[in-house]
Amino acid sequence: MELNKDHVTSENDKAQDPNPRFASEGCSVLLDVNDGDRLVFARLSGGATLKIGNTKYSLKPLIGAPFGSLFQVETGDDGSSLLYRILPIKKESSSNNVTEDARDNRELIDNNESQNLTEEDIEAMRREGAKGDEIIEALIANSKTFDKKFQLSQEKYKLKKQKKYAPKVLLRRPFARSICEAYFKKYPARIGFLRIDALSLLLTMANVTAYSDVLVVDMVGGLVTGAVAERLGGTGYVCNTYKGNSPSSVDMVRMFNFTDKVKERIVQSSINELSSPKTASPEEGVCSAEVNINDSSTCDVVEEVSVTDNTVAESKSTKAPKVGRGAKASKEAVEMWKENGFSSLIMAAQDQDPWSLAKDVLPLLSYSAPFAIYHQYLQPLATCMHNLQQGKMAINLQITEPWLREYQVLPSRTHPHMQMSSFGGYVLSGIRISTT
Amino acid sequence: MLPTDSKKALSFKRCIQDGDLVIVYERHDVMKPVKVTKDGVLQNRFGFYKHSDWIGKPLGTKVFSNKGKFVYLLAPTPELWTLVLSHRTQILYIADISFVVMYLEVVPGCVVLESGTGSGSLSTSLARAVAPTGHVYSFDFHEQRAACAREDFEQTGISSLVTVEVRDIQGQGFPEKLSGLADSVFLDLPQPWLAVTSAAKMLKEDGVLCSFSPCIEQVQRTCEVLRSDFIEIRTFEVLLRTYEVKEMKVETGAMIGESQDELNGGQRPSKRKHVSKDDDDYAVPQDNSSTATSVVMARPCSEARGHTGYLTFARLQCLS
Repeated sequence: MELNKDHVTSENDKAQDPNPRFASEGCSVLLDVNDGDRLVFARLSGGATLKIGNTKYSLKPLIGAPFGSLFQVETGDDGSSLLYRILPIKKESSSNNVTEDARDNRELIDNNESQNLTEEDIEAMRREGAKGDEIIEALIANSKTFDKKFQLSQEKYKLKKQKKYAPKVLLRRPFARSICEAYFKKYPARIGFLRIDALSLLLTMANVTAYSDVLVVDMVGGLVTGAVAERLGGTGYVCNTYKGNSPSSVDMVRMFNFTDKVKERIVQSSINELSSPKTASPEEGVCSAEVNINDSSTCDVVEEVSVTDNTVAESKSTKAPKVGRGAKASKEAVEMWKENGFSSLIMAAQDQDPWSLAKDVLPLLSYSAPFAIYHQYLQPLATCMHNLQQGKMAINLQITEPWLREYQVLPSRTHPHMQMSSFGGYVLSGIRISTT
Repeated sequence: MLPTDSKKALSFKRCIQDGDLVIVYERHDVMKPVKVTKDGVLQNRFGFYKHSDWIGKPLGTKVFSNKGKFVYLLAPTPELWTLVLSHRTQILYIADISFVVMYLEVVPGCVVLESGTGSGSLSTSLARAVAPTGHVYSFDFHEQRAACAREDFEQTGISSLVTVEVRDIQGQGFPEKLSGLADSVFLDLPQPWLAVTSAAKMLKEDGVLCSFSPCIEQVQRTCEVLRSDFIEIRTFEVLLRTYEVKEMKVETGAMIGESQDELNGGQRPSKRKHVSKDDDDYAVPQDNSSTATSVVMARPCSEARGHTGYLTFARLQCLS
């Protein structure tokens, strides 16, 4: 089979690599503390820190590390706490026959008296430079009830202690997937309760691909715009449109670490401008970037990370143009869209009636262009679908509700997770047709 | 199917040409793919349609049969293709496809390995996601199905993005040549645990693997094997629920104690509502104060797919 070498990115491309594998200075990262317990977005600068428990740890060791590398809190010889890169040890599968373990918890009394070590003892150990794993071993040795526990309960106990005394931090790449999941877990209202499977459905139903011109109405902070831009990969356009005079913020786009090539493709233009007849448009500035200079917006997202002097330095540098609201679409682009229409539409407009937006925005699409409208509430979508049918503006109309359930798969312990998200929104999809 | 440059992108102006693949849409559940030819004719229950009438018309328009009935001609997309392709095997549908593409973090330029090819439903969506600079290497152990898939990819115009090879991945693993080059790997095999070690060799560090299995026992065995080289192992089920929307003419009769304003608002049908099926079938109201309003209502469809398979995702550990 022919292996096409063009498909392999060379070292030279790494700088503007759309798919970077290493965390560079100044890039945005997602920190996964203790295996998904806590997710924090951060920007890797010299002065950036992460707070775990009561201590702040410098994020400097993370710069230059490959995405996917694991860090653990360790006490240095001088007593300082640092994040050290650790290489994961190959886990041995516990092949002990769990079903033969006859221990259970009938004699365990929950009276806080099972552990001999006190908090002061542990603190003393830490000050003397004991490593996290050593503390855990000591806790197990000093537990009166540990040996009586059922094997799987012992594992659960050990894991719990590990998370507290030897926390691990996983360096993750921000991607539409991780950004959406993190926000959905922590601040779902900011993204309109758009769950990861609903977002993926929007991207697929709207046929987002390279060289397409995607029209979006993004009122979920930029998540949809960013996800579309990710799939466009630096070709085509994603144009965020809006009623009235100014678009909503698409600040989240900054977290994606887009290359300049991709960022150029993210533009905005009002519905009025896109709908006006094909005449010479009024003398508005062409490509005037509306920058969101106020860096306090970083704090919204990165609350646990204290970003110090670095952010001020960043706004002065001209390296990465800010994408507060996106650059205004050029006249040429607008004319092209009026001529050809957009190739698809995604709407994620919180608190807006979908029909009142759809009736203005749908005519901007080419014929046979697919669209996907997301909304938290069913009724407005039902009305919108009905009106589209009556007006014969679209076919293949369907209202879909995505359903997602996660499973825990462990030997003898396989079952769905105890907690589940029961709601991820509704999507109205269809294809625009010509009304003649 | 996929635009290879902005000129080929979907637009008002793009007209149907001889040799194009179009989707003929009668109803949402009656569609078929047709290759347009100068002398071609489409026959269905509405009569017959000459392809020559279609050439030169823009996509998304109505075309009429000799009997005056119409259908729509649509541009092919991977979604429509999944609904109209010929099933040689059980295929993946939009719910699983869209979740897989997102969770595997597939973006333009990626290299994705897939086994088995099956009927090419997922392959088409993967091709869309990696275009224009990435590539999909797809493997199937069944020679005839691999050939059919290649034909389909030619027909839909994505053969420059997908390479199909006949290979038994469970027995032989993935080819050595691709080691360390894959951003993502997708497995849809009866015994995926046999392919995990080979998949681990193919993946870049921090790359993502996905295994699709209908049975939980398969999932359990796969997860056991995944634990040696992979982290962040997560298993999901994805389904869709569709809703039907109806306009109902609702008559609101007066109820004791209800204010007239409430009734005129018509938001709540009263206990004695009569739902009429057509306009000349109104039930005679019991009292004189009644108004007919129409309400658009939605409810879930009664039929739904209960299960397709479990999707297990895992990341290759970073060891360097």
